[in-house]
Amino acid sequence: MDLCDQCEELMQPYVDGVLSDAEVRMAKEHLDRCTWCAKRYRFEVELRHFVRVAAAEPMPPELKAKLAALRTPLH
Amino acid sequence: MSESTPTTAETRRLAEESRDRVRFEEEALELSDQVYRVARRLVGSREEAEDLMQDAYARAFRSWRQYQPGTNLRAWLLRILTNLNIDHGRRRQRAPEMLPMEEGDYFLYNRLEAAVPEENPAEERVIERLSQDSVVDALADVPHDFRDVVVLVDIGDFSYADAAQILDIPVGTVMSRLHRGRRILKRNLAEKAVPT
Repeated sequence: MDLCDQCEELMQPYVDGVLSDAEVRMAKEHLDRCTWCAKRYRFEVELRHFVRVAAAEPMPPELKAKLAALRTPLH
Repeated sequence: MSESTPTTAETRRLAEESRDRVRFEEEALELSDQVYRVARRLVGSREEAEDLMQDAYARAFRSWRQYQPGTNLRAWLLRILTNLNIDHGRRRQRAPEMLPMEEGDYFLYNRLEAAVPEENPAEERVIERLSQDSVVDALADVPHDFRDVVVLVDIGDFSYADAAQILDIPVGTVMSRLHRGRRILKRNLAEKAVPT
């Protein structure tokens, strides 16, 4: 397995911030040196953001009123 | 009329309980926009999302005493909501699921980059190949079990541990479903942006 393959494997947990310190060091060292992987890393970060924004659909205002109407009436 | 007057202690207890309940209901309603954002992507249509929200909030308001103050209320609400979603519609929708083909993590980037007419483009030019609509469709095409986890973590911003609790599955399962779910999502995105 070459370093770029290893980097690809570590990419998602790296973006999630769940790698061990040693793994983070390994990924960082590689990303500093490899523009090919660094580009893909920046793309992954942007993609996460893009998906989040694209998937966001605001709640219809009338639904909020319907939910509020489900509250227990005050005596 | 032989109705006995409640004792002072009883009156105070009722007043406290009613105050706690009102506070719970207000906090739950404040979170409803955020809960809806996740709910909307767990199901296929706005109508389903609205029904699910109302069922979930009705149940939450009924069982508010089970919520432990100080714990993550948004996760508690989504646990109710995902349980209802699985109980209700989900069984009907569970056709024998063909697992889509999976590609590596760089697959989407490589496919998009190849479609950009210039040599060695910047990553901003590459992501421009995606449309917002394609994301919604690509996500909807991810099989449920994987999509639930992707939606909770990548859209709901929940930790692996919270997602595990909400879906009542081990953290290891969250991690493997997330890994596969994201790869399936990327493959769907690649198909939509650069059809073969």
